[in-house]
Amino acid sequence: MVNDFVVDLSRAQFAATALYHFLFVPLTLGLTVMLAVMETIYVTTGREIYKQMAQFWTRLLLINFALGVATGLTMEFQFGTNWSFYSSFVGDTFGAPLAIEGLMAFFLESTFIGLMVFGWDKMSKAQHLIVTYAVALGSNFSALWILVANSFMQHPQGAEFNPITMRMELQNFGALFFNSDAQSKFVHTVLAGYVTAAIFVCGISAWYMLKGRHLDLARRSFRVAAVFGMLGGGGVITLGDALGYVGAKVQPTKLAAMEALWTAEKAPMAFNAIAFPNQAEQKNYFTVRIPAMLSILVTHSLDGVVPAIDQLEVQAQERIRNGIPAVQAMEKLSANPRDEAALAQFKEHGKDVGYGLLVLRYAPQGDLTKITDADIVRAARDTIPDVSIVFWSFRIMVAFGLLMLAYLVLATLMTLANQVERQRWFQWAALLMVPVPFLACEFGWLVAEVGRQPWTVNDMLPTWLSASTHSVAYMVFSLSGFILLYTAFAIVEIYLMLLFIRKGPEEHGAGHAAAAGLPSAGRKLAAQ
Amino acid sequence: METYMILLVVWWVLLGVLLTGIGAMVGMDMGVGTLLRYVGRTDAERRVALNVIGPHWDGNQVWFILGGGAIFAAWPLVYATAFSGFYIVMLLLLWSMILRPLGFEYRSKLPSPVWRGVWDTALFLSGLLPMVVFGAAIGNVLQGVPFHFDWRLTSFYTGSFLWLFNPFAVLCGLMSVALAVYMGGSCLASGAEDPVGARARRAAIAGGLAALVIFTVAGFWVSTMEGFKLVAGPDPGVPQTPLHQQVTRVAGGLLANYATHPALWLLPALVYAGLLLGALAHAIRRPILAWWLGALAWIGVIGTVGAAMFPFIMPSSSNPAHSLTLWNSGSSLVTLTWMVGFVVIFMPIILWYTSWAFWVMRGKVGVKHVETSDHAY
Repeated sequence: MVNDFVVDLSRAQFAATALYHFLFVPLTLGLTVMLAVMETIYVTTGREIYKQMAQFWTRLLLINFALGVATGLTMEFQFGTNWSFYSSFVGDTFGAPLAIEGLMAFFLESTFIGLMVFGWDKMSKAQHLIVTYAVALGSNFSALWILVANSFMQHPQGAEFNPITMRMELQNFGALFFNSDAQSKFVHTVLAGYVTAAIFVCGISAWYMLKGRHLDLARRSFRVAAVFGMLGGGGVITLGDALGYVGAKVQPTKLAAMEALWTAEKAPMAFNAIAFPNQAEQKNYFTVRIPAMLSILVTHSLDGVVPAIDQLEVQAQERIRNGIPAVQAMEKLSANPRDEAALAQFKEHGKDVGYGLLVLRYAPQGDLTKITDADIVRAARDTIPDVSIVFWSFRIMVAFGLLMLAYLVLATLMTLANQVERQRWFQWAALLMVPVPFLACEFGWLVAEVGRQPWTVNDMLPTWLSASTHSVAYMVFSLSGFILLYTAFAIVEIYLMLLFIRKGPEEHGAGHAAAAGLPSAGRKLAAQ
Repeated sequence: METYMILLVVWWVLLGVLLTGIGAMVGMDMGVGTLLRYVGRTDAERRVALNVIGPHWDGNQVWFILGGGAIFAAWPLVYATAFSGFYIVMLLLLWSMILRPLGFEYRSKLPSPVWRGVWDTALFLSGLLPMVVFGAAIGNVLQGVPFHFDWRLTSFYTGSFLWLFNPFAVLCGLMSVALAVYMGGSCLASGAEDPVGARARRAAIAGGLAALVIFTVAGFWVSTMEGFKLVAGPDPGVPQTPLHQQVTRVAGGLLANYATHPALWLLPALVYAGLLLGALAHAIRRPILAWWLGALAWIGVIGTVGAAMFPFIMPSSSNPAHSLTLWNSGSSLVTLTWMVGFVVIFMPIILWYTSWAFWVMRGKVGVKHVETSDHAY
């Protein structure tokens, strides 16, 4: 009934398009706020250089922003096009933050970015500053609402499953919004965006120093960005820690996978700093372990324990057994919504309905009465995400995070001591750091979303059931199309970005005026 | 139950508002893209056209994004069924639409004529194709779409991709392109200096008249088509799903609501009034008035379709009993209530700052402006 290959292709497409989209989002999040900072300095001190800075970095922001907008369009519709059952299953709850994101964030950001770019000569300084703030606020609001939506997938709160309408219906908007996962993840992600933008600006400023060009702009941009990034960097890690803390309670399988914790241990638990997990054999090779560290990190105490994969699988088997009658009741209710016996049966077993749906995959012709113990063991094993990917993505993200924090602290100290422009090695280091935050963000996405598997909505809706019922041919067509288009976009984007970095801040309007054979004009408006 | 039904109707009207917003605001930018090579004979003239909507296209496009989000939130089954059913067509829509931000942003960044030519083509396609798909989708929904559900409400689309481009759907697609040309032309006529403005005015008049002809033809066509009739829904008192209803097909059924409520004929009349007066407004050089009359025509078009289909939102042609209606595909009471709250608070704010943005950027764009400004596309 469901073609596994289609599900895999749908997952590949979603992952590829989301990871790609997420290359552009963090920079926009941070750079818009940093532009607001630069412009505030300009408006309060009246120093022209800060206006030049704001305008130059706006130019780079826009090259990035265009792709963020373009690839974001795909995301807004991809739930419906490729995750049709997911969409009807959660739309009642998950759709709301998406729609609110449009109302509250996208309109604000998108309406004002036009004014921010085109309106320099049409507004007073103060008005333009307000416009810039509106753009920054809009982009940050959009992160808030999309993460509220995402957190519902990680930790479904505020909704209840209705077995007749077959969907999770919103009960408590406050619980959806104030989801503990959403709050820490919002701050974590937004601050990661600030760090990304900070390291981007520092890196390019350092490159100008290496080339001996635009030194005033480079020096000041570096200083603003380093301080801004350092303030953000500490927060990313604190909140990342809070996320682990929250995650330990609500997504124990994700945590166990992050730590490659196959078998139960007593407190204080050791931390696998390095391990090569083998999913089939359920054990690690070549581990480097730090005693007691896991208990300290995850439970902030020496006697805390977290469940291991073997324990979680046993729990999952229980829940699968309990979930089977829930799904059977659902089927009866689908035929007759007035079936009181089925409704009572669902009430009794409904909390594990997701686990019943998980094992449905192994039911011959969808008949759950034919499920064997071996099927249950197999489905329970499915509840563990890919340990290697989650384990290593997490470690790479954290390592990069610590590296970035150390770098930003050093960068702040050096820029305050006026050393950055003297130390060429540090300028090179700053340049080399530029890809690091982007990679860290991508790995962070992998930890969060691969770690959520095999669910699209944790404990409620299995991924295999969520996908649209397309043919393989359709999926090959769409995936190829995305790969072709997005590759072409990436080439164009990087080319333009490098070109405009190389041109630097003085080449105002070069693309336009040069094309028309005119000298690069000032900011006089010839005609109104 | 009473409140819930009122909320469903409110959200059905808001769905219409969203589609009108997409038609008027996104359609206007799409029209500019479609007309780019016609109104702009030289590179500078094309840049004039692009810079007229330059400050606004991004904000306008949010109508489209909000359309996706709001349908997801308020009509999840419609979102799930329609967008997966129309898969390949949706991809064409998305792929052409994602060219647009890049077209605007990247086109004038390099002086090379080849580079700009490629992006001009991209902007043309990303103006034309989405409007064809938008209209064709409405045309398909009017006729019914071949889909059904299994017991879990997983939807299965059983038609072919090519069927979505059946003659009536294509006619509706052309209708939406004609209206886009009208809106885009009106926008350029008001925002661009001559000769771009003058050409745009001629295009707008032609687009508006073409839309009128197509609307008339489509209207007669619709009167001969089969409509759907909801004979019985699920028992009152149980949550509504598309699994327990009886639906029959009725010849000429799309006009049934008009027969029972003749006042509904005001909606198609609005289309005629809007476009005819709009052409007149262009003739006396009042492009902004003409734009608003075009928006009125869009309200008429969406209203006409909605009135013809009520209470259906997306009927199934292959299994009419599984048709999606107003009553069985909306979100729950709590969600619809919260969402109404957000719309009531934010929509006026959005309209206020959008108007402010247009007011700040008022005035005409000319060739001299784009060649000397630092902040032009």
